[in-house]
Amino acid sequence: MSGAANPQAASLDAKGPLLEVRAAAKRFGTRDVLKNISLNIASGEFLTLLGESGSGKTTLLRLIAGFEQPTGGEIWMAGERLDTLPPYRRRVNTVFQNYALFPHLNVRDNVAYGLRAQGALKSDIPGRVDEALRMVKMAEFAGARPATLSGGQQQRVALARALINRPKLLLLDEPLSALDANLRKQMQGELKALQREVGITFLFVTHDQEEAMALSDRIALLRDGTLEQVASPREIYARPATAYTAQFIGQTNLLRGEIRGSIATCGALRWPVEDADGPAVFSLRPEAIRLCTDGTRQISEVKFRASVRQQIYAGASELLEMDCGEGQLLRVRLPACGPMNGEREFVFAIADAIRVEN
Amino acid sequence: MYSRTYKTIVAAPPLLWVGLFLLLPYTLMFAHSFWAVQDGTLVHHWNLANYQKLFTNPLYAGVLFRTMRIAASVTLCSLLLGYPLAYYLSFHSGTRKELLYQLVIVPLWVSYLVRGYAWKTILGSDGVLNGFLQYFHFTHAPVGFLLYSPFAVVLMLTHIYTPFVFLPIYASIEHIPRSLVEASQDLGAGPAPTFFRVILPLSMPGLLAGATFAFVLSLGDFLAPLLVGGSSGTMIANIVQTLFGASYDWPLGAAISVCILVITLSLLFLTERLEKRWSFK
Amino acid sequence: MRGTSPTRRAPLLAIYATLVFAFIYLPIVVLILYSFNRDGVGGFPPRQLTLDWYRQLFADGPLWDSVLNSLLVACGAVALSLALGLLAALALDRASFPGKALFRRLVLLPLILPGIITGLSLLMFVVFAGMQLSLLTVFLGHGTALISVATTEIFAGLQKLDRAQEEASLDLGATPWRTFWRITLPNLRLSLIAAGLLIFTLSMDEIAVTFFLLGRDNTLPLEIWARLRRGITPEINAISTLIFAVSVALIIVWYRIRMRSVGSGAQQLLERP
Repeated sequence: MSGAANPQAASLDAKGPLLEVRAAAKRFGTRDVLKNISLNIASGEFLTLLGESGSGKTTLLRLIAGFEQPTGGEIWMAGERLDTLPPYRRRVNTVFQNYALFPHLNVRDNVAYGLRAQGALKSDIPGRVDEALRMVKMAEFAGARPATLSGGQQQRVALARALINRPKLLLLDEPLSALDANLRKQMQGELKALQREVGITFLFVTHDQEEAMALSDRIALLRDGTLEQVASPREIYARPATAYTAQFIGQTNLLRGEIRGSIATCGALRWPVEDADGPAVFSLRPEAIRLCTDGTRQISEVKFRASVRQQIYAGASELLEMDCGEGQLLRVRLPACGPMNGEREFVFAIADAIRVEN
Repeated sequence: MYSRTYKTIVAAPPLLWVGLFLLLPYTLMFAHSFWAVQDGTLVHHWNLANYQKLFTNPLYAGVLFRTMRIAASVTLCSLLLGYPLAYYLSFHSGTRKELLYQLVIVPLWVSYLVRGYAWKTILGSDGVLNGFLQYFHFTHAPVGFLLYSPFAVVLMLTHIYTPFVFLPIYASIEHIPRSLVEASQDLGAGPAPTFFRVILPLSMPGLLAGATFAFVLSLGDFLAPLLVGGSSGTMIANIVQTLFGASYDWPLGAAISVCILVITLSLLFLTERLEKRWSFK
Repeated sequence: MRGTSPTRRAPLLAIYATLVFAFIYLPIVVLILYSFNRDGVGGFPPRQLTLDWYRQLFADGPLWDSVLNSLLVACGAVALSLALGLLAALALDRASFPGKALFRRLVLLPLILPGIITGLSLLMFVVFAGMQLSLLTVFLGHGTALISVATTEIFAGLQKLDRAQEEASLDLGATPWRTFWRITLPNLRLSLIAAGLLIFTLSMDEIAVTFFLLGRDNTLPLEIWARLRRGITPEINAISTLIFAVSVALIIVWYRIRMRSVGSGAQQLLERP
């Protein structure tokens, strides 16, 4: 039944992607929640589905888990059609958003649930449960009821419970969103370490871009039921494909203007480009702009004057809101520099102004 | 935030009323059970004779036993009808859920008497069911055993209490987070294991509440036996009613009532305990 | 999120549920059908539809007297139990006094106990107090027993009431008395209406308690009861059909109100007996 038992599937496993989502679509009534999603996940990868609420990320997760049926397309895992199987026949396990621990079972029985459901040998169960609980550092709470545990502890139990069946793919539905900020940071680190330790492929859903950047091998950004961009955190930050991506991941300045005769003009700013004529949008990260102290610039740089409108102190750095004239506002991130006012000169590298799709 | 005067004003009238019109009457019933009747008049002579009579005369034990059996049957039948209905509505009725829910509720508002009467017209020897059977030549003579039997009492009470049993069960099934059902499936449990390991245990408080309700109210019912039970369907409350009416032996009637009360209250106490054990807050 | 089902289709379960619905509705349908049957209550199939039984019903003086009696008792019971139930709910919500736990259980007892227990206890009380059995004692019995319903319903309403509203009112200089009339009561409006409707229906239908407290004048259910003992005619089907129609009308009113106060206490009341 499962892919691992099948040698052909195992060999596919080694070469091809673990999970293939092929043109998956989901419609609730008249609303298209997912439109034509195609996505591959490699074995051992930590992939994050990132998006605002309502972008369809949770729905995609539920299609893979089997709680919803796609209205179009197919899902394959390790050479096996997945979307026609009921959830309890899929070698996919889920860490639910609010953990969904069974309130009537204690921690040990929660973790053992999957083994019992799969008909594991009775003699194997205690050992594997203990091992799983040790892995998440919850061995001493084996007898406790979920309601008596803190959010972070429940989170660990949910992880142990989902991992005990040794799934090929672990789905995590905003598992950290119920935790407070400090605990969240700590759990991020532990989650990443755990993934390396068990070597299971993680598909992680979040709306928090910082979390996605910190954890993922690759990020798949969803917007209104379509994939906006799939890339590594570094690439998606440095080379956003669209204006939406650039704004969603980190802070940016969107420069709207046009290209004519190999010159880009955005408000008061002008620089040479090699693209064809027409309207254009560029993303320029605030930290790509720096103060020009000596009045000179390289050939590869753009220099402009702007006046300080607002200054927000953030410890190691400062965020300035600059007025370049003609109502054009730019945000600039500088190393902490003390109070600033009046007109200043700034430069940025042309290469840092990334042309994005609108 | 609320002053002492405010609290006194709101608490005093209901306290006085309930003390006078509920606590005192219940206490009076208790007191009556230790009194006696001599030459057709009540005498306030404290004794245990009523309880002695109750526990030594096999008639009372027999009827009480039959009553318990009928109440248990009603409870079981209502659960067998109500639980699957609640499960179906909660998980499989889709968009018609609200409509179907209301359809279960409507009969709750329809008079007890009206529903009991309807069964009388259906089950009687010249009733609708017999007419139906003869019309289609299933039988040639009227079937007599339908009405005036414990069966008729169970049928009628099951009909009345199924919606009552349905309600708390439905509520507790609806309160089970759907993610728990999904988690169970996600961990490899098919529909049947998911039902027995997750849904049934978590709907236990509703099941217990419904079952208690059906059992307790059946236990004290005296109208259904009068309406459709006949002499073979006589229940304990009928004896009480006779003792308070034609036989005029209030103390004995009160003693039986106290027994019913004690059984009821211990059951309620027990199920309250059990419900707490089965609710995991 | 969206509800999923353990299994997507369950044809056997669907058939079973349909049968349960049939069981629940069969007697009611039969009842209505035979109220139009000229040949009486039994027999199959019903033939020769007629409105005669309704005509007879409308000309039936004693029956309408009993309807009037029931209405009187029900209206009285609504007023009495709402007033006391409101105070009891406020006391349970806001005051602490010795015996509060006992009080709460005692108030709810008539709801849980078989009617015969409450009925007989009140009968003994009435005789003990030297009162005459009459509609007044029936009213006292209904009013007292149904405080339980009013209390549960209004208490649920109070639980949803935002205390900050009352605090704001007091903060703005309103007296507690004024706050009660201007803030607390209007907020409980829906609970009060819903409780009133429920109490009215329950009182109109009450038999077990009434049975023991009744004097010479019958209420509607006991009038029907008395006639049932004499023998059954489709006239009883006709009056039952009318009662059913009025009940359904009341349900519709009730749901209209409930739509506005989602998850009202009557539901909790029914769900947690």
